[in-house]
Amino acid sequence: MSTPVPGTQRSFDARRRPALGGLNRTFLLIEVRRLLRNRRTVVLTLVVPAILFILLKSDRRGIQLGGTVINPATTMIGIAVYGAMLAATSGGAMVSIERALGWSRQLRLTPLTPFAYIAIKILMAMLLGLTSVLVVYTIGAFSGVEMAPVTWVLTALLAWAASFVFASFGLFMGYLLPSENVMQAIGPTLGIFSLFGGLFIPVNLLPLVMQNIAPFVPTYGVAAIARFPLLGGPFDLAWLISVLVWTAVFGLAAMTLFRRDTRRT
Amino acid sequence: MSLAVVADAAGRLATTTPAAVDLSGVHRTFGAIRAVDGIDLHLELGEIAALLGPNGAGKTTTIDMILGLSQPDQGTVAVLGMAPSAAISRGLVAAVMQTGGLLKDLTVRETTRLTASVFANARPVDEVLERAGIVDIGNRLVRACSGGEQQRLRFALALLPDPALMVLDEPTAGMDVEGRRDFWTAIRRDAGQGRTVLFATHYLEEADAYADRIILLRQGRIVADGTAAEVRNLSSGRSVRATLPGADQAALSALPGVRSVEIRGDRVLIQSLDSDAVARYLLSSTPAHDVEIVVHNLEEAFLALTGDGSPQ
Repeated sequence: MSTPVPGTQRSFDARRRPALGGLNRTFLLIEVRRLLRNRRTVVLTLVVPAILFILLKSDRRGIQLGGTVINPATTMIGIAVYGAMLAATSGGAMVSIERALGWSRQLRLTPLTPFAYIAIKILMAMLLGLTSVLVVYTIGAFSGVEMAPVTWVLTALLAWAASFVFASFGLFMGYLLPSENVMQAIGPTLGIFSLFGGLFIPVNLLPLVMQNIAPFVPTYGVAAIARFPLLGGPFDLAWLISVLVWTAVFGLAAMTLFRRDTRRT
Repeated sequence: MSLAVVADAAGRLATTTPAAVDLSGVHRTFGAIRAVDGIDLHLELGEIAALLGPNGAGKTTTIDMILGLSQPDQGTVAVLGMAPSAAISRGLVAAVMQTGGLLKDLTVRETTRLTASVFANARPVDEVLERAGIVDIGNRLVRACSGGEQQRLRFALALLPDPALMVLDEPTAGMDVEGRRDFWTAIRRDAGQGRTVLFATHYLEEADAYADRIILLRQGRIVADGTAAEVRNLSSGRSVRATLPGADQAALSALPGVRSVEIRGDRVLIQSLDSDAVARYLLSSTPAHDVEIVVHNLEEAFLALTGDGSPQ
């Protein structure tokens, strides 16, 4: 033993706390490995959006809908947002499983702070979201999607930004629901968000009823902003308001439940 | 400050180290249930103590407060001279909980590396796996580990910060006899280095075999506190039997610690808290022979002190 015998140390104050509340690279790397080991997560967040994109893009010219041709690039960006959302939500929702296993409680017996834990969960969710966007964009690039180089980069970054909004949503659901229900509840919810928010088919081509509902769906703003560098035109402030409001709603909800969960009673 | 510097009568400076655990007037209620109903407990550094009691006696509630997982309604809790959360964040206190707390999709080694990474200073991963006796299953997924192996993994994780205080809550619940023995062998070997160990158990034999001190809890209060032998004596002492024709009941009853004297023909049966004094008297002052001293086991003491019929 290189340290003094426990219990005979003269000053317990001399022991240090970890930097950054315990957040570190080893922790993140092992978390990534754990994520990749979970086949269900990999299939759901990487394979499903890829298949959906291949089905929806139809051919080089895009899908035809009531005489309107949808540019495959528009579809690709929508699916990338979908992938980022799916990945980030399921990443955030992992807290549900970790709470059920007692892992969160175990971590409270270590120097890792609750905020460092949440930061790790958000980083993991966003990393998974980025991977999903990259998979969809790679398939897009090989299947004839054409955009200016700067548009590729900008739209990818904006699609990825959606994962931040939905990482909070995932955390919120993870703290709200028991683990066995969390994915069952999230799957259909995200499906509705995607359809109404115009991820699969742009909002202006949806039936009128759906067009009226669309602005109130959490995906509406993120999808429109992600497509903006491609489509151009006037920037609608409602998009930005949608993103800010939903980020605040999910963030505050997640924070409230997280506080309740980690409070020392 | 964890070191108090005091001057004695002669003006010399002396340093005192803080207590490993210091509970003072601690109460904790859950609704109408008084889970902990006024506990004062002082553990010195280096002690190996057992919190013994039936289910619902307040063992886990007490441990949760020592670990800072919950707060007392009344009273104070200090661990190594500081608040529990401060001791945890410095890696001074570690705990082995009863169940759960492990990720099933990580290997034994990954779990250990992950946990090691959050401490400012941690012992090497291989060292703690070795000391917990699980170095050979390092690459096994947690889900494939037996209950005993998972418990030794929790023990390995608790060793990482090289804590001054190790707290174990019913650490061998659900283990088979061999698993329990292996587990305690590892703990005992480790405690030999001066670590303070506090464990909760409802296995009497564990408290008897592995603790230097037994703290018996009943309905949220400490009903006995001492060595295993002292706790046994507290409730029922020992009985002394001898062959003594014409025994003088009055003289025997007057001996110190004697609680009852029964005479059956030539045999006498004496219940006493001080069996040594009885035996010494019988052998030196009377013609008694065939003297037997029967030690009441801890189980009898346990039942007497924690059963519903015992005085509070």
